[in-house]
Amino acid sequence: MAAAEPAKVLEVRNLHVVFGIGQHRVHAVRGVSFAVDKGECFGIVGESGSGKTTILRALCGLSPNWEGEILIDGRPAPRQPDRAFCRMVQIVFQDPYGSLHPRQTVDRCLREPLEIQDIGDRDRRITDTLQAVGLDKSFRFRYPHQLSGGQRQRVGIARALMLEPKLLFLDEPTSALDVSVQAEILNLLVRLRKERGFTYVLVTHDLSIISHMCDRLIVMNVGRVVEAMQVTALRDRTPENPYTQQLLQASLGYDRAAVERYQTFD
Amino acid sequence: MADPTNQPLLQVENLSVSYVTPTGTVHALKKVSFELGREKLGIVGESGSGKSTLGRAILKLIPRPGEVSAGRMTFMGQDLLAMSKIQMRRVRGKQITMILQDPKFSLNPVMRAGDQILEALSIHGRIGRREGRNRVMEILKAVRIRDPHRVYNAYVHELSGGMGQRVMTAMMVVTNPMLLIADEPTSALDVTVRMQVLAIIDDLVTQRGMGLIFISHDLNLVGSFCDRILIMYGGRIVESCRAADLNKVTHPYSRGLLDSLPSIEHPKPVLATLKRDPAWLEAP
Repeated sequence: MAAAEPAKVLEVRNLHVVFGIGQHRVHAVRGVSFAVDKGECFGIVGESGSGKTTILRALCGLSPNWEGEILIDGRPAPRQPDRAFCRMVQIVFQDPYGSLHPRQTVDRCLREPLEIQDIGDRDRRITDTLQAVGLDKSFRFRYPHQLSGGQRQRVGIARALMLEPKLLFLDEPTSALDVSVQAEILNLLVRLRKERGFTYVLVTHDLSIISHMCDRLIVMNVGRVVEAMQVTALRDRTPENPYTQQLLQASLGYDRAAVERYQTFD
Repeated sequence: MADPTNQPLLQVENLSVSYVTPTGTVHALKKVSFELGREKLGIVGESGSGKSTLGRAILKLIPRPGEVSAGRMTFMGQDLLAMSKIQMRRVRGKQITMILQDPKFSLNPVMRAGDQILEALSIHGRIGRREGRNRVMEILKAVRIRDPHRVYNAYVHELSGGMGQRVMTAMMVVTNPMLLIADEPTSALDVTVRMQVLAIIDDLVTQRGMGLIFISHDLNLVGSFCDRILIMYGGRIVESCRAADLNKVTHPYSRGLLDSLPSIEHPKPVLATLKRDPAWLEAP
């Protein structure tokens, strides 16, 4: 195993995130460790309040009050994202309605990262990236309100691709979309990863999306990792942890008898 | 299951809803017909398919400039179309009630949860303070709230999403309605909480012999929860089937929806995407 071990793009060791002080203190992430190999799609699953989005925010510098160790491509992650960090790591947000500036055109939105990073050949890069996410040139000068939810999420993905990062964080990228549009966005993400060799960290509450996209995953509950597993264990319905088993059972559909057996996990 | 000895609870024929706008008339519902017995009927569709409009039209809650027309809309022998606003108010909240999507936005934020339930009771009949309070405590227990006293006195922001949805469910069944319309009642909830709230709705509907119209975008959920399913597209019912036969649907739209879902146990390398055919908007 020693020689062939794949390069780790992301390593997280004993991550803690705490918000507030005194009686308002919330220990949102409690000692989470995981590592993501180059080129894989890594899933983080949990219900609301499990800390999955908080981890993502800490990883990309949007939540600077974390403790522990975050290594990206072998180097410690900065507290505040700097320019080099942004070229390495980008994020696609959950809500395509809220994450685009309502008064900026698609072109403006995609141009900004290039200007900040002082990258030339901007027009070509913008049209190429739009094409890569399946939007033709006519979308370039539109405002977000002139786009459907699926088209906005494509713009969100295009924005993340502009700096050609290696590592992409996806925070519930399709939860605001209809299922048929969700299928298009998931297909797009799968295709981009295949073509460009991205590494994905995908955060979601939806196990079917994990099963479709990911290679490995961790399951979180109240700030802790309850189980780290291969996606095959999910597909074969063989998770070991009782919390994961219950989550999987509930995700497979309504079963009146099974609801009686639900437990509370803290 | 529909009771063969009784009339159906609700009969709807050729129900249409349209909005006249400066840029043309928008047909939100186009001649929708269906019957409902004492059963769990699922209505599935994507955003804009008219499923929520259908739920609201039954309660005559379509705001102006929306126009409702129907050949027939009867509920337990009463003609809903002919009812005045005052008569409709006696039906709404008493005989037909509606659970909305997000308790955070649809419950009153400045009124204690228990008082809101009590209000639903007192609007539809004189009831003493003590008796009313007892009824509210009972119904809170019926939706499996372990600590009804605390929840009675709580405001919405002090309750979790699942708790809030239980409070709304309690409010909607406390008047003993015959028909419950649930518009995406669980889409804001975590999966395990969702199943618990569904189990509560399921038990209440079964025990009290109510009819349920369950509006959702989640095909798998409706397939496992309901008895019968109507699939809507562009304001029309394109297909109806028994929930058990969901996998045998034939309409290309229904098939497209099913095929575009990722599956936990049988992942496909590429998900099928929907090619929308303009003809679906016209003929069945």
